[in-house]
Amino acid sequence: MKLIFDKSVPNRRGPRPVESDVPVRAELPQALLRDRAAELPEVSELDVVRHFTELSRRNFGVDNGFYPLGSCTMKYNPKATERIAHYPGFFYLHPLLPQLPEGERLVQGALEVIHELGRRLCEICGMAAFTTQPLAGAHGELTGTMIMAAYHRERSSRKRVVLIPDSAHGTNPASAAIAGFAVQTVPSDETGVMDVEALRRMMSDEVAGLMLTCPDTLGLFHPRIREICDVVHAADGLMYCDGANLNALVGVCRPGDLGFDILHVNLHKTFATPHGGGGPGAGPVGVCEKLVEFLPASVVRRRQDGTYCLDYDLPRSIGYVAPFYGNFGILVRAYAYLLMLGREGLRRVSENAVLNANYIRCKLREHYDLPYGQVCMHECVFSAAHQAARGVRAMDVAKALIDRGFHPPTVYFPLTVPEAMMIEPTECESRETLDAFVAAMIEIAELAELDPQAVTNCPTTTPVGRLDEVLAARKPDLASLPAR
Amino acid sequence: MPFIANTDEQRRQMLAEIGLTAEDLFAPIPAELRCGELNLPPGMSEQKAREHMARLAGRNASHLVSFLGGGFYDHFIPAAVEAIASRSEFYTAYTPYQPEISQGTLQAIYEYQSAVCRLTDMEVANASLYDGGTAIYEAIMMALRVTGRQRVIVDESVNPIYRKMIRSYTRNLGIELVETPVRLSVGKPDRERIADELDERTAALVVQNPNFFGVIDDFTDLSDAAHACGALLLVSCYPVALGLLKTPGAMGADIVTGEGQSLGMGVSFGGPYLGFMAARMEHVRKMPGRLVGRTADNQGRQGFVLTLQAREQHIRREKATSNICTNEGLCALTALAHLCLLGKQGLRELAQCCADKAYYAQQRLLFVPGVTLRYPKQWYFNEFILELPERAEAVIRRLLDRGFAAGFPLSRYYEGMDRSLLVAVTEKRTKEEIDLLAHALEASL
Repeated sequence: MKLIFDKSVPNRRGPRPVESDVPVRAELPQALLRDRAAELPEVSELDVVRHFTELSRRNFGVDNGFYPLGSCTMKYNPKATERIAHYPGFFYLHPLLPQLPEGERLVQGALEVIHELGRRLCEICGMAAFTTQPLAGAHGELTGTMIMAAYHRERSSRKRVVLIPDSAHGTNPASAAIAGFAVQTVPSDETGVMDVEALRRMMSDEVAGLMLTCPDTLGLFHPRIREICDVVHAADGLMYCDGANLNALVGVCRPGDLGFDILHVNLHKTFATPHGGGGPGAGPVGVCEKLVEFLPASVVRRRQDGTYCLDYDLPRSIGYVAPFYGNFGILVRAYAYLLMLGREGLRRVSENAVLNANYIRCKLREHYDLPYGQVCMHECVFSAAHQAARGVRAMDVAKALIDRGFHPPTVYFPLTVPEAMMIEPTECESRETLDAFVAAMIEIAELAELDPQAVTNCPTTTPVGRLDEVLAARKPDLASLPAR
Repeated sequence: MPFIANTDEQRRQMLAEIGLTAEDLFAPIPAELRCGELNLPPGMSEQKAREHMARLAGRNASHLVSFLGGGFYDHFIPAAVEAIASRSEFYTAYTPYQPEISQGTLQAIYEYQSAVCRLTDMEVANASLYDGGTAIYEAIMMALRVTGRQRVIVDESVNPIYRKMIRSYTRNLGIELVETPVRLSVGKPDRERIADELDERTAALVVQNPNFFGVIDDFTDLSDAAHACGALLLVSCYPVALGLLKTPGAMGADIVTGEGQSLGMGVSFGGPYLGFMAARMEHVRKMPGRLVGRTADNQGRQGFVLTLQAREQHIRREKATSNICTNEGLCALTALAHLCLLGKQGLRELAQCCADKAYYAQQRLLFVPGVTLRYPKQWYFNEFILELPERAEAVIRRLLDRGFAAGFPLSRYYEGMDRSLLVAVTEKRTKEEIDLLAHALEASL
């Protein structure tokens, strides 16, 4: 399909530009102006709408079908929350208003959303306070590790190492590194979870903390979590919980009660805000009591009289991590989702997410290798190692699923499982959908035995086939630029 | 139960088929670690939730006639932009890891990267960053990688909110951060001071155009000065202004960043926004964030993929160029749709319209007795500083009561600017509103 730039026709116009109703014209000196107009496409409104509609038909979202992308929690995004985020009182509210004199009274509704969302996250997660500023999950990790750095700096300690299990998301070590820490990797044990004995050996005065995903990326809840927290706390290390998988725990147990000191949650996972094809997300960070003073500025507070204000007088704060109060439009959606779900709905989320994952785990374990067979939480990780011996790799299974109308699971992650296929169905999906997916996976497994090439030739139903990624990296074509 | 499909009967059947009980599902979590019932209210119907949220939205003063800017602008959004961004094939998708069923997102991002390059006159742009502030921070980190140096100069006329963010982020990294004061007589970077600070240890000089005071500049001389000592020039810019203004590329900038909110997104109380970044091709492998490239499929058909991923966290972990994973994909798509609807002529006309209305506002407000322009000899795009006969905060408070958000008090971030009011004008403000503001200001003084 053509680029929008290649549909351009000289002097074709889109919507009529707004009329200027002022009797003057600003004449800027030539030296300060661009020498020629930016070569944006010259297209009609219908050209643009058709172009993007055609692009949208080449995309697959949760609304199109089952999207069991492990660790990403592709649950349904309620339409009501989209509508609410576009209410003019939210969408057109300028973020500098509360910084005007007595400006807080102009934004009481918005401050209530932020404060109440934070309060509910505290209750759900068992933390003392939350900041809503981080703009994505990885941004939450960075904020959390900056808080970790501030805590140890305040205690004049020379702790500079953060420990991270080998099954962690790549964002964990990347975030710790840019918060100024050295990263050491803790291996997994034979049951798939972090090796506690190895952790004990790696502990030292230099360890600032441990970043642990709970439940982990294999969908496993670490049975010795309390012991792990004790080991780290004994050396004045902090326990960081990557809450990417919080959807398995909501209403069942709380990371704060388990012993975690810092936690980020991905609102675009557990709290049903859309992923947007790669953002915008939101990654609020919760902390235990002793870390509250380090939270980013500003903090929303509720006064005795029930009104809300912004507190900037925070001498030990790590400072600003976002320009304002976070991705507010995403916070609004998550808050509205929580209102609709209520306490009983939250518990049902984890119960059904875990049931659906175990249903798939049990239905497929005869057909694909299951390296760690215990009861899982919200996701299960298979290996296509058996099929790979016949020339059918995890990526081939993924492409065959595309031809059968499903989005593939996450493949080749976690790194601790060869030919990994990480399946996360979420609580939203029905038994009928799961059965159809299971049937497709079994059919592909059988095809891998009988006719491997029929699998490795997939996909055949998509607008493009498998793309040449080596060519893309060797001769990068990253923009269409006008000829000079 | 909302958003959950399985009935209780189906749950029982499913458990029976896999030979587990409901209790077995959570057996891995020791009983003593479980929580009791959460102290949260029961769920609401959609109707009740929408009523509740509408009441909260109603307690926000989004109806004020607003002359607030400061880097975040209330521009008109065509209906087609929202229609396109509301297509759920886009907004309910994840990062395009499976390119065959993600060509929509991928081609849109490739086109967005192209549009950013065309707008800024740069050679390569990434798929987006969180916002204009984190984009400057990422650009600084990129400059450190390119130059192998640890010292950064940031001019004080760069948005003070962004400078606060930069200070937070660089605190743990052993980076020497130097903030050079503005030349107060002209509201522009102090060239002599910057020349004194630039040395062979400097990785980057960070400037903004138009700067936080609304003043337009040409940084070609600073680009030459930075390059002469091996440093990079980082320019933060306002994309709508680029419809008219000399581009950072033409000034010799090495990395260009900015806040893309003005391209089709609401001001939305601080986000979601859109950080954009563009650079010279020679530095592409040091860039942070996702990059989409054009390639071909096994039958030679054009297609798009995420590329140069060896820079990224999921491959390089702690050695990655950035920790970014989720960025602002839907906002990038929104900005692209907006730029396409404006088109080559439309963007220029929009920028001219903003400049015209701001110029009119400036002239009209200067008729108010006692009001002057703080930097009278400078050129402006759509924002300028008025000097009032009394404290700006007091005047703003009185004007709020008359229904105007008249602007932003500079004293919030700059010493010695108690009487300075930053006024922004977009195409949404009418002559009538500007005239009414002038009357109200006169009556308030």
